[in-house]
Amino acid sequence: MTYSKWGSTMIDVSREKLVEMYRKMLEIRYFEEKVFELYGQNLVPGTIHLYAGQEAVAVGVCSALRKEDYITSTHRGHGHCIAKGADLKRVMAEILGRKTGYCKGKGGSMHIADFSIGMLGATAVVGAGLPIATGAALSVKLQKTSQVVACFFGDGASNQGTFHESLNMAAIWKLPILFVCENNLYAMGTSQSRVMLIENIADRAAAYGMVGTTIDGNDVLAVYQTAREAVERARKGEGPTLIECKTYRHKGHSRMDPAKYRPKEEVEEWLKKDPIKRFQDRLFEMNVLTEDEKGEIERAVIAEVEEAVKFALESPYPSPEEALEDVYA
Amino acid sequence: MLRDERVFLLGEDIGRYWGGAFKVTKGLAEEFGEERVRDTPISESAIIGVAIGAAITGMRPVAEIMFGDLTALAMDQIANQAAKLRYMFGGQISVPLVIRTPFGGGVNIAAHHSQSLEAWFMHVPGLHVAAPSTPYDAKGLLKTAIRSENPVVFCEHKLLYPVEGEVPEEDYMIPFGTATIRREGTDITIVATLYMVHKALNAAKTLEKEEGINVEVVDPRTLVPLDKKTIIESVKKTGRVVVVSEDCKTAGVTAEISAIIAEEAIDYLDAPIKRVAAMDTPIPFSPPLENFVIPDENRIIRAVKEIV
Repeated sequence: MTYSKWGSTMIDVSREKLVEMYRKMLEIRYFEEKVFELYGQNLVPGTIHLYAGQEAVAVGVCSALRKEDYITSTHRGHGHCIAKGADLKRVMAEILGRKTGYCKGKGGSMHIADFSIGMLGATAVVGAGLPIATGAALSVKLQKTSQVVACFFGDGASNQGTFHESLNMAAIWKLPILFVCENNLYAMGTSQSRVMLIENIADRAAAYGMVGTTIDGNDVLAVYQTAREAVERARKGEGPTLIECKTYRHKGHSRMDPAKYRPKEEVEEWLKKDPIKRFQDRLFEMNVLTEDEKGEIERAVIAEVEEAVKFALESPYPSPEEALEDVYA
Repeated sequence: MLRDERVFLLGEDIGRYWGGAFKVTKGLAEEFGEERVRDTPISESAIIGVAIGAAITGMRPVAEIMFGDLTALAMDQIANQAAKLRYMFGGQISVPLVIRTPFGGGVNIAAHHSQSLEAWFMHVPGLHVAAPSTPYDAKGLLKTAIRSENPVVFCEHKLLYPVEGEVPEEDYMIPFGTATIRREGTDITIVATLYMVHKALNAAKTLEKEEGINVEVVDPRTLVPLDKKTIIESVKKTGRVVVVSEDCKTAGVTAEISAIIAEEAIDYLDAPIKRVAAMDTPIPFSPPLENFVIPDENRIIRAVKEIV
């Protein structure tokens, strides 16, 4: 497998930015671990799709964006929200079905949105977010702002018709959008090799006359650098990019999935490539982070996640009649 | 479009080379440019999805789906996304989007270009459904639809495109959920939508002349929201009702309206509710077949005579 040329290249990014990226990745990891734990205690209604293992993608991409830029997300979307700057308290409250959640308990884990930070929401129909993100990019173009859109989706979504329709439309209209394919190798339990004959989904970009690249999605700096270049091109009016990030989810598809379809050796191999561990080692190497600082960040993040849990658990459920609100404007 | 530069159109062949399959957007690309009157690839899902994405980020898109039957291709975007985003996201946003599309048969283009699917959209909470039957209403309702914060499926009937009628130059809007009485009467109420309004009016004329039956014709104009009050009041007045729609009978427009009348005015009825709707078949091609399936004046007249 060939990975991006930036995978091991040093890039110009400030120390503060690197530490912030590391912190965001940790926030996502601890947050997801906590959600998993709360689920085990029957505190999370429904199901959950954990982002743990894929942190480098959301953080790498969102670190290349401005606050006013837009993202769209999927059923596996907690990481995208957090990376874009969502308030952990309100994300957790939504996952727990509370009134104080981002969607007042109407959306839950699979439908979190925060329009105040450009997070245009998560849709849980696989592939449905692509045309919506494309529309946001058209909107930006028509309104002549300098915003860009990052559209997150998985390998499974790339087999939907909406993928084809959206990439083609974004290409012909030269829209400022990054199509970020998080290829975690499995669409639910179906491995990529069973449903497509190509190894790299980014190869599909060529079919739309679009730039496409396949990168190591567990290398946050590679993701960041690639996203930054794509963002720059998008802001200059040079059109969309398809970025395929090879990555791996640590857990099964959803909470109840033991993921027996994944060979043990494969899982072990990928766990060794844990994006947080790798970034951490890199930061030590680069003398950006010390053991003490790492400990400090960890403690702060854990405290923040605990605070989010406390906030969510202390928040009331919505009253039943609120189900009737927000159907129409 | 002159008033609000956030309004833009997108759809297949709506631009300068064609002006829409039914010429509804003719001349608009020349006037407003190709940025605001966008020809799209044949990608119905993306047409609606793109319109949604634009709507939730500050634009007011009007999407055209060339034939109503083809909304099936975009149904996820319409029913799962446009209709639900506001709700799922706890009211953070609205989706000010208009989907214009022609329904209906009568022009011999068979099962993929002739259905009436208004009821599909009535069944999805979060959507509004407009169904104009006159040029005056088409303008007034379309303006309301474009300025609405909600996603609107704007149903147009192909046979209504050539119908002429008084349309004032000035800006006016018809509020959604206001039915109109097309013809006052005392013996029986006909509730009819879209092109069926015209067939109902013709039937009413014949019934008056030949049978002395005085028919009231109510046109809901929007199916969601539905002006139940005007319908119920008319039924209470006449005590008899025939509900007419071109969509097929099972779980259709006539079923919903009849159920409402049964729930809210059954004590006022002097006869059973009658429904006149398309047969439960795909729309056939050959004229005698199509004419048999789609309701005509004779079926409306027969239904009226059965209960008066």
